[in-house]
Amino acid sequence: MGTKRQFRIWRGDADGGDLQDYTVEVNEGEVVLDVIHRLQATDAPDLACRWNCKAGKCGSCSMEINGMPKLGCMTRMSTFEEDETITVTPLRTFPVIRDLVTDVSFNYEKARETPAFAPPSDLAPGEYRMQQVDVERSQEFRKCIECFLCQNVCHVIRDHDENKQAFSGPRYFIRAAELDMHPLDARTDRKDYAQTEQGLGFCNITKCCTEVCPEHIKITDNGIIPMKERVVDRRYDPLVWLGSKIFRRGQVPQTSVTSGHSPGAVRSSAASGGVHSHAGGSHDAQAETQAQQGVNWHREVPHPTAPAVDASGKLPLTELTFDRAAAPSPFGDDVTFPLPPEHLNFAHPEQDERDH
Amino acid sequence: MTSSATKPQGVRARAAIAAKTLRTDRWWFAPLITVIGLSAWVAYATVRVFMHKWYWVEDYHYLTPFYSPCVTDRCLPEASHFGQYLPGWWIIPDAAFTLPFLLLFRLTCYYYRKAYYRSFWLSPPACAVPDAHASYGGETRFPLIVQNSHRYFFYFAAIISLINTWDAIAAFRSPEGFGFGLGNLILLGNVVMLWAYTISCHSCRHIIGGRLKHFSKHPVRYRAWGYVSWLNVRHMQLAWITLGTLALTDFYVMSVSAGWISDLRFIN
Amino acid sequence: MTTTTTRIERHHYDVVVIGAGGAGLRAAIEARLAGKKTAIISKSLFGKAHTVMAEGGAAAAMGNVNSRDNWQVHFRDTMRGGKFLNNFRMAELHAKEAPQRIWELETYGALFDRTKDGKISQRNFGGHEYPRLAHVGDRTGLELIRTLQQKIVSLQQEDKREHGSYDARIKVFSETTITELLLDGDRIAGAFGYYRESGEFVLFEAPAVVLATGGVGRSYKVTSNSWEYTGDGHALALRAGATLINMEFLQFHPTGMVWPPSVKGILVTESVRGDGGILKNTEGKRFMFDYVPDVFRKQYAETPEEADRWYTDPDNNRRPPELLPRDEVARAINSEVKAGRGTPAGGVYLDIASRLPAEEIRRRLPSMHHQFKGLADVDITKEPMEVGPTCHYVMGGVEVDPDSGAAYGSVRGLFAAGEVSGGMHGSNRLGGNSLSDLLVFGKRAGGHAATYVDQLAGRPRVAVAAVETAVETALAPLQRDTGENPYTLQQDLQAVMGDLVGIIRREAELEDALVRLAELRERVAKVSASGGRRYNPGWHLALDLRNMLVVSECTAKAALERRESRGGHTREDFPTMDPQWRRVNLVCSLVGDTVRLERKPLPKMRPELIGLFDRAELAKYLTDEELTEFDALVAADAAAAEKEND
Repeated sequence: MGTKRQFRIWRGDADGGDLQDYTVEVNEGEVVLDVIHRLQATDAPDLACRWNCKAGKCGSCSMEINGMPKLGCMTRMSTFEEDETITVTPLRTFPVIRDLVTDVSFNYEKARETPAFAPPSDLAPGEYRMQQVDVERSQEFRKCIECFLCQNVCHVIRDHDENKQAFSGPRYFIRAAELDMHPLDARTDRKDYAQTEQGLGFCNITKCCTEVCPEHIKITDNGIIPMKERVVDRRYDPLVWLGSKIFRRGQVPQTSVTSGHSPGAVRSSAASGGVHSHAGGSHDAQAETQAQQGVNWHREVPHPTAPAVDASGKLPLTELTFDRAAAPSPFGDDVTFPLPPEHLNFAHPEQDERDH
Repeated sequence: MTSSATKPQGVRARAAIAAKTLRTDRWWFAPLITVIGLSAWVAYATVRVFMHKWYWVEDYHYLTPFYSPCVTDRCLPEASHFGQYLPGWWIIPDAAFTLPFLLLFRLTCYYYRKAYYRSFWLSPPACAVPDAHASYGGETRFPLIVQNSHRYFFYFAAIISLINTWDAIAAFRSPEGFGFGLGNLILLGNVVMLWAYTISCHSCRHIIGGRLKHFSKHPVRYRAWGYVSWLNVRHMQLAWITLGTLALTDFYVMSVSAGWISDLRFIN
Repeated sequence: MTTTTTRIERHHYDVVVIGAGGAGLRAAIEARLAGKKTAIISKSLFGKAHTVMAEGGAAAAMGNVNSRDNWQVHFRDTMRGGKFLNNFRMAELHAKEAPQRIWELETYGALFDRTKDGKISQRNFGGHEYPRLAHVGDRTGLELIRTLQQKIVSLQQEDKREHGSYDARIKVFSETTITELLLDGDRIAGAFGYYRESGEFVLFEAPAVVLATGGVGRSYKVTSNSWEYTGDGHALALRAGATLINMEFLQFHPTGMVWPPSVKGILVTESVRGDGGILKNTEGKRFMFDYVPDVFRKQYAETPEEADRWYTDPDNNRRPPELLPRDEVARAINSEVKAGRGTPAGGVYLDIASRLPAEEIRRRLPSMHHQFKGLADVDITKEPMEVGPTCHYVMGGVEVDPDSGAAYGSVRGLFAAGEVSGGMHGSNRLGGNSLSDLLVFGKRAGGHAATYVDQLAGRPRVAVAAVETAVETALAPLQRDTGENPYTLQQDLQAVMGDLVGIIRREAELEDALVRLAELRERVAKVSASGGRRYNPGWHLALDLRNMLVVSECTAKAALERRESRGGHTREDFPTMDPQWRRVNLVCSLVGDTVRLERKPLPKMRPELIGLFDRAELAKYLTDEELTEFDALVAADAAAAEKEND
């Protein structure tokens, strides 16, 4: 009962890949994600694709369909012409893992840097009183399903990877807006944070985030622009601004580099030195990033394989039952000395003071 | 030894997709039409501003918004409601106190910013279509950081809208005293639209109520914010409509003033 | 013996929480607040868990809308809903602690809808005596998960300030699947799994594990559940020596969409039928009139004409048979489909389009209309919907200690909370109770896991041999190339469960199902997955199949054993509730490779709790013997009261 449709799906990983053609049966009422599932069950069992709820509520199946960032589960096949070839590619802005799956950890890092809700100190649980009209604006932003389509479409990072450090993206602007508009949030520095740490100024309000939002959150009109206006309240009052230009020149950093690309990375020591601006003019992107970040002394190094123990939980110390002469290394079998430099780790006791 | 904690540091590769964009729809249409529309309007406005004539209809007191208020000493005295302060050099627009602010109000307007960043600056031309520039700093530095001054231009624009309102009211005239013609309708319509555009401004929305943390404590401002928000959703439409009404009003006044057509009069 | 071919990444934690839905996150927060180094293992990305699908709200007797509401009333509603098969202590704790847990969420930043006086608004829901569900529009689950996610981030920020690293004391391992729990004797020693992204293995050494893996719906053909719901936690617990209870109780919704595929499993609310929707088979017949049971005969209309008059004049007419209880409707649909009068997708037509003007439908069912229009381009104002019974929630799960969430059975250090644990909901769950269940028992499980770690004399050790076995098991499907495609096997399993262990069960079918499951078990043992280890969904499914199978076996066995109908378990051959069966829980365990089923008496309700009910109501559920006991209790109470008055 279905019809045959042409698909081009990007297959590959970080080392490369290309668009591959598939002819798939498509039935009435199906969405793109259904077709991908059919492919998995037939031609391409190892086609990698994220999905969860299949009802537009979890935001997992973000992909680019005919070049537009969309949710696979919300894109009906009936929106395409019968003879149209449908091209499905992974999100462009994030590193690819395999096929349609990308590494979206950038977003989780930015989420982690955004200061959390600060509960009012004088209210116990159950004593919170808020009016509906006061919570409605924040509630709109809390509809966000974190599909990261807005992050993906935003040209600030999509076309300029180098902005990723200084720019948090629309998702986290509305997070900042949500907290700034929260009737009981105790922090007052959300606006400054949005401007200096999140890179609100990078946004040139071209509104693609709003265009792709599957929850129809008015990201730009209700989130970003109000935040920009709130920043103006504090920072661009002409007199205050002039004063800061004249008297405190250079003391307000435009951007400050917080965590780098790796989960677990912490504030880089290079940030304060200004080394982060195009170190050495090297063209090797990776070396450059590394130079920007310096050595991250707080990254987590996995624990070495523990020494093998026998059934009683003891080190097998007799050569008879062991597979080599003498005892196993107490550091674990996979640790060799000298340790390679990238495995060294060190936390300076005064790290925290230096940071703040 | 890879783990989520020790992924190779630095940049991991994005998917190697050769095509710059895979969009199949006519994404280039919107920026194209914006370029054409804005260019045409700017060309018309420039010509008109430096024409220095056909801006006043003596019989009915019609003054085109492009010359309001007329403040150079080359202005017709009866058209200078608010006095003459500037020398009448060719290069100085006769409405030199207002036009620059109106221009800046629109230039820093959140909608126009979107429109020209997309269409003229191609940054980006459309969603998921690559930016035409190699590097990008957005509005973090001079000069674009000045876009943040939008609200101050809004204050000026509000004052200018008052002046335009005065012009529209003062135009209910005829040689016999009170008068009312098609020109009045056009002037009035233009002023109403100008107000709608000015009030629907994002900065206005912020000042009226958006900046409040607790709407419940300011019921009147909350209401006002609701109305402004309703208009604000239509800010783009109003931006284009007012370009149209401005040009139309000016053209009508020019035509009557030049004697190409005569005003259709309803009363006197 | 120590030459593992694969090098395995190791992590040391105090508490490992498997599952990043509401219960898992709440447990992790509690463990971290107790100072334990905590890992959260999430099968998909952080914040995508199935909890986001919960729409209605979280039930908690805060009394914000009706001040007469209190924990006793909530407790009573919960017990009624579960047909008195609930673990009373769990229902009691749940009713008592839910308000605290909801208020706590506000301090984490949640923004519920508000009442006029600024408190959390509460809405009515089926089975709840008073408006009780704290909600945010129809996306309460999303709010809950986002709030907990953000609370974890806030704890991580605290750790960053104190220890220099976000991950110092709580870390989320996203897209990581646990395939095996590792034991040291009878104590939990760790958890073994793989990163979905790289296919690399990872070993968590931890003395305490909290299971919060959710349900089992993926074993069914039509389900509202996501792919993650493969019963991992149930199976992990079984294999670690824990027990499952009440596995025969699954919540089915009679009218879930079965076609088109893009909306398959999405529920069609009962109000569609309440507003005039009728059920028709493929012959166009309004078949519900044939399925009115004798006991309901008096209350339901006999002709379509009378039924239609009810919508406008309910006082003088009897109700249309479409509004029979859920299980009756489901049974009717089931029979029609089995008699060959169903659609190819296995459903029947639910028609509202021909019954009400389009305008009226849009006005009364705006979200339904919007949802189907948006997701499937189905216009419910123009065409009938194709509906059938849909698997929704599993009441059964890991048998736990009500207070601590510690799993019963032979294992120590294993805890469970949320849908994966059993007992709380008895034989049927009330709407809104699942979200509060997650919070109440998530907190308890996390807290008690931390206490357990404190009390532990020495840390259990992971045996190398066990890790090697786990590696072999995990790699097996990739190394075979003769076996079947995992997707085919999943479809076959879904067919068996959907057709034979579905909403309406019969002895012969259940026996048949067990035979087929045994066959499937052999085929699953030989499953093969093509491709490599990096993000290979085929391989992942092949590994999940094992879990789905063992849990399905428990369900089928328990369903065969329980010879009565109660809540989420309907036996056509035993259509009524039997008070004797109310006293029995069916406990499922794994002995070697075989699923074993045992009967276990239900704990007896404390006097002050059973005293909350009317005798008339209890008479429907209790045996004569229990009723005599109740009478004695009441008499003693009365005597005591009299004495006090004297």
